[in-house]
Amino acid sequence: MTISPQDRMKISRHPMPARDPEVRIRCFEEVALGYDEHTAREEAMRCLQCKRPYCVEGCPVSIDIPAFLREVVAGNIDKAAAIIKKTNSLPSICGRVCPQETQCEERCVLAKKGKPVAIGALERFVADYDRQFGLTKQQVNVRPSGKKVAVVGSGPAGLTAAGTLAQMGHSVTVFEALHEPGGVLVYGIPEFRLPKEIVREEVSSLLDLGVEFNLNVLIGRTLTIDELLGDGYSAVFLAPGAGVPQFMGIPGENLNGVSSANEFLTRVNLMKAFLFPEYDTPVYCGKRVAVIGGGNTAMDAARTALRLGPEKVYIVYRRSEKEMPARREEIEHAKEEGIEFLCLTAPVAYLSDSRGWVTEMECIRMELSEPDESGRRRPVPVEGSNFRIPVDTVIVAIGAKTNDLIVKATGGLSVAKKGYLLVDPQTQMTSRPGIFAGGDIAGGEATVIAAMGQGRVAAQSIDRYVRER
Amino acid sequence: MPQILEKRELAPRTHYFRVKVPLIARHAQPGQFIILRVHERGERIPLTIADSDRQSGTITLIVQEIGATTRQLAMLRTGDEIRDILGPLGTPSEIEKFGTVVLLGGGFGIAAIHPIAKALRNADNTIVSIIGARTRDLIIMEDEMRAASHDLVIMTDDGSYGRKGLVIEPLKEMIESGRRVDRVVAIGPLPMMRAVAELTRPYGIKTVASLNPVMVDGTGMCGGCRVAVGDSTKFACVDGPEFDAHLVDFNELSARTQMYRDFEKTHMCRIEERLQQLESAQGVAGQ
Repeated sequence: MTISPQDRMKISRHPMPARDPEVRIRCFEEVALGYDEHTAREEAMRCLQCKRPYCVEGCPVSIDIPAFLREVVAGNIDKAAAIIKKTNSLPSICGRVCPQETQCEERCVLAKKGKPVAIGALERFVADYDRQFGLTKQQVNVRPSGKKVAVVGSGPAGLTAAGTLAQMGHSVTVFEALHEPGGVLVYGIPEFRLPKEIVREEVSSLLDLGVEFNLNVLIGRTLTIDELLGDGYSAVFLAPGAGVPQFMGIPGENLNGVSSANEFLTRVNLMKAFLFPEYDTPVYCGKRVAVIGGGNTAMDAARTALRLGPEKVYIVYRRSEKEMPARREEIEHAKEEGIEFLCLTAPVAYLSDSRGWVTEMECIRMELSEPDESGRRRPVPVEGSNFRIPVDTVIVAIGAKTNDLIVKATGGLSVAKKGYLLVDPQTQMTSRPGIFAGGDIAGGEATVIAAMGQGRVAAQSIDRYVRER
Repeated sequence: MPQILEKRELAPRTHYFRVKVPLIARHAQPGQFIILRVHERGERIPLTIADSDRQSGTITLIVQEIGATTRQLAMLRTGDEIRDILGPLGTPSEIEKFGTVVLLGGGFGIAAIHPIAKALRNADNTIVSIIGARTRDLIIMEDEMRAASHDLVIMTDDGSYGRKGLVIEPLKEMIESGRRVDRVVAIGPLPMMRAVAELTRPYGIKTVASLNPVMVDGTGMCGGCRVAVGDSTKFACVDGPEFDAHLVDFNELSARTQMYRDFEKTHMCRIEERLQQLESAQGVAGQ
């Protein structure tokens, strides 16, 4: 069937079906429901099959987007999946958590006049269909190299590197500090946005490739990198994640009822505190919750809190909504669910009762001035605009600082500003030969897909490195 | 999964565990701790490494039944496995030649004092240990502490063993009598550590306390264990657990340890029910 560009452009974008807000705020079931086959095909037809596809340039792992959309239209979901998996080993995850509106979809020519092709939703459709019917199977087609590679951390960067290296014939061991593999995919991103079943399936497909997982090992304490190198590992890929949560340093931040988003989300996601007391770990969530920050973690924390049944949840963000780094879809979903956004607002202190529990938050209004080094307009406080809001729960989601454990325990690793590991961007190699790094430790907090891109680049250079030796 | 090679009761509701974890045993240093999870639905809790032996690949844990997890842990027997153990965690104790070091251990804090006493003794310090508990039955590791110390003083609240009184009293006498004290290490209940800090502060004797706040991951990721130390906020899991006791904000710390107290209380009731069912089932099976 041929269809003219004019006809393609007449089709309007298919919205992502979502669970009703009234229903979903009372459960942890996935919110976005995904396309069915018919909708996927209709949506894929919108693609104009540009000769020079800008969308591919917008993708951090350069998926051949027009090619996979063509196969969706033709009904060849297996071929579509194979195309995506050539450069993206975790598409079910990326289809759910990538900020497409600032990547592929932002560059789509249709976005200039109307709405871009829903590339993310289509990636998710293809990947889910592939998983459901077992269309493509990753396998090792090459002879074993006889080389051992250690991967430190099992988040997006670590999983990608491990899968890529295993397919290249190397013997891969992943070392994970927590008791479950997945990193931020299991402790950070909530069930309603990324069902943990998907992460478990991705991990089990790595097991099928022969990847070994060594849980409860904190590299730098349980084992050192030098011990790994002395124990027959030819190379090490470091992807331990962002590290320690940041706080603002304002009065009252250590009061009871105030926690980091990492703690709050880890209790709920990894430790399953939403199922307390069937699970032993509790989580405190009061009646009036304020989440500080405007990123994905802030949205995740606010929406998670909401599902624990408080009366009111606020997002408190010092810039305006336009500058929020969170994915558009998360912001929309948060609003639909009834979360109130207090933008251009910053907390300056938390006040407490006599027992040390937070009862009130003092805020100041902000206004935007000139753009700062991030390109976003800098927020400045409006003198004398202080006001107070009663809250009994505060969740701080303003980012993380690096954990210097590995650097301290390992000689010869050069560090860039803010403690990030210095790497060669072409190879992801650190200042020490044979030691590579990627993900948040190597460049500041970024997206799942950026970490995966670095994991893939690192795997390729590790492959070259270990074969040359 | 790590196996329990030996388990016995040291005192009522206080148990000795020797667990096979070769990597942890190889790297453990005094002052460090582990995080464990008893079963698949369990909570992660921190426990001090009371001793370690590289040769046998084992570590010693002293467990006092004070919460839901320690209660469930106490149900395990020799030969059983513990679901997850992560470690060694935390910054090791500062071990060098200080001179005369007084170590105070209150209750099951004695377990945490023991490896530090041993290491400090090996570093040529004169070790005076003062250990105490409510009553005679609760004094643990007396022989081990005697072996690690030049002088061992035992205190009980009720006078049923050793001297009657608090562990702080002999330290006070030492200082007031002009005996030289170069360093103090105190591990035990918060009020005890706070009192020791207040005693030594005017004399400017460097005093170290080992803190045990609420933790989840134990690797620095969650920040649940933050403590105000001087002008800054520290994470006990990575910056500690030992801190300069003169700089620790004990008021804040003691409020923070209450954060999950109510959850713990209600959960304990449920756990007790669960365990009693289990115990009666085991009793039937054993007959």
